[in-house]
Amino acid sequence: MEFLKTQMSGFTATYRRELGAYFATPMAYVFLAVFLLALGLFTWEAGRFFDSGVADLQPFFVWHPWLYMIFLPALAMRLWADEHASGTDELLLSLPLGIPGLVLGKLLAAWTVAAVGLLLTLPMWASVNFLGSPDNTAIALAYFVSLLMAGAYLSIGAAVSALTGSQVTAFVISVVIAFVFTAAGWPLVLSTVQSLFGTGFADIVARFSFITQFEGAQRGVLELRAVAYFLGFTATFAFLNCLWASRQRLG
Amino acid sequence: MEPAKRSISEGKKVRHPQGMLEVRALEKSYGSKQAVRGVSFTVEKGTVLGFLGPNGAGKSTTMRMIAGVLEPDSGDALIDGKSIITDRRAAQAALGYLPEGAPLYEDMTPPEFLRFLAEARALPRRGRRDAVDRAIADARILSVSHQRIGDLSKGYRRRVGLAGAILHDPPVLVLDEPTDGLDPNQKRAVRALIARMAPTKAIIISTHTLTEVPAMCHRAVLIDRGRLVADDTPAGLARRSEDGSLEAAFSRLTDQVEDETL
Repeated sequence: MEFLKTQMSGFTATYRRELGAYFATPMAYVFLAVFLLALGLFTWEAGRFFDSGVADLQPFFVWHPWLYMIFLPALAMRLWADEHASGTDELLLSLPLGIPGLVLGKLLAAWTVAAVGLLLTLPMWASVNFLGSPDNTAIALAYFVSLLMAGAYLSIGAAVSALTGSQVTAFVISVVIAFVFTAAGWPLVLSTVQSLFGTGFADIVARFSFITQFEGAQRGVLELRAVAYFLGFTATFAFLNCLWASRQRLG
Repeated sequence: MEPAKRSISEGKKVRHPQGMLEVRALEKSYGSKQAVRGVSFTVEKGTVLGFLGPNGAGKSTTMRMIAGVLEPDSGDALIDGKSIITDRRAAQAALGYLPEGAPLYEDMTPPEFLRFLAEARALPRRGRRDAVDRAIADARILSVSHQRIGDLSKGYRRRVGLAGAILHDPPVLVLDEPTDGLDPNQKRAVRALIARMAPTKAIIISTHTLTEVPAMCHRAVLIDRGRLVADDTPAGLARRSEDGSLEAAFSRLTDQVEDETL
């Protein structure tokens, strides 16, 4: 318990600082505006929200993995790379803190901004209720799993950000990693994998894909497997983040 | 913990047992380059130690190891008796550190920045406001309290960094080039601040402006290529040159090492 307390020291201070940094600069606002614009555009134009004739949010949720893949690394890329570039990491490391507290504080701050983004899509939920009578439990569930999935994407971005002093490099590498984990469940990729390595291997690949894990939630099914997957994924990358951030001490 | 009474540096003076900062044989290599090779010295309470040396001599690397930012390959630093290796957090709590170039969070105002540090350092909740107010007053940055750090001049930024280092009133201060890049007035202000704090703290200051050493420091250590080449009072150091100037002593002592290695 005492160990946990020292490791997590600095969590609150870091969380508050990072959240403040997002909203003290135009960053969070620009992110939210563009994210919502893109989500709306995809839902209405590409997802044909009105043409489906069914009052549900299926055409809305289906785009989440793809948009997260691009937008969340952009949100996370500054978390560590910016500290490194401005030299403030030296200041942080000279404080009597535990690295896990810093890592989780930063990750949770970015996660909060993503949650605000999701919260701002609630009018969409309200309008399907206005248009018809959707399964609201299913929608709430999809929102919940989508938020967990956002954490997994952010953890990639945050961890990679600790590896490099450049935000652009961090962004590009994170998107590539996020693409691998997203596209692994894409039928186009899966059929190729299947023809090359057989059905068994394709199944394993599909199981590690965000799209596959998110599918159940989109249909309104709560799969504990998916919840465990996203949480476990986030924890794994947060752990890597700790390792990569402490690497700084070795010089 | 009782600080060890052993003195390694030069071995000629008997150190006061109340050594607030004790650096023991620190070593650090980057790949094949040995940045710091066995630097040892002790700083007592009430002493301002000038940390001198040419660029790339290992000053910043040594200071970063003392601050716990960089892990030494071997050796140790005791801050107020606590080891930076085995008891890092306790040692860091007793230390105020101003990194080279005074990096700061530009999107915050000085009071926001200091409040962040107070919270991160887990200062008692009730004392935080006082600590922040005192640091702002001591560093003379009240007039810029409402501006974001990114908009401040270099002199003010340096003072905000200093305010951060003294916020928790630590017994040991490690300041990496606190006056670098400041105009003469700003330098005087920083020197005055250091002089005010000197009686109750052990302070190390790195600088390559030699003219301010006699005015600011009680003692000076000179390092070159990662080794300690002199540990003396500024006057004693100056006497080692032909013309009695610190500058001549500096170049003689550091060139000497260069000749030896050539």
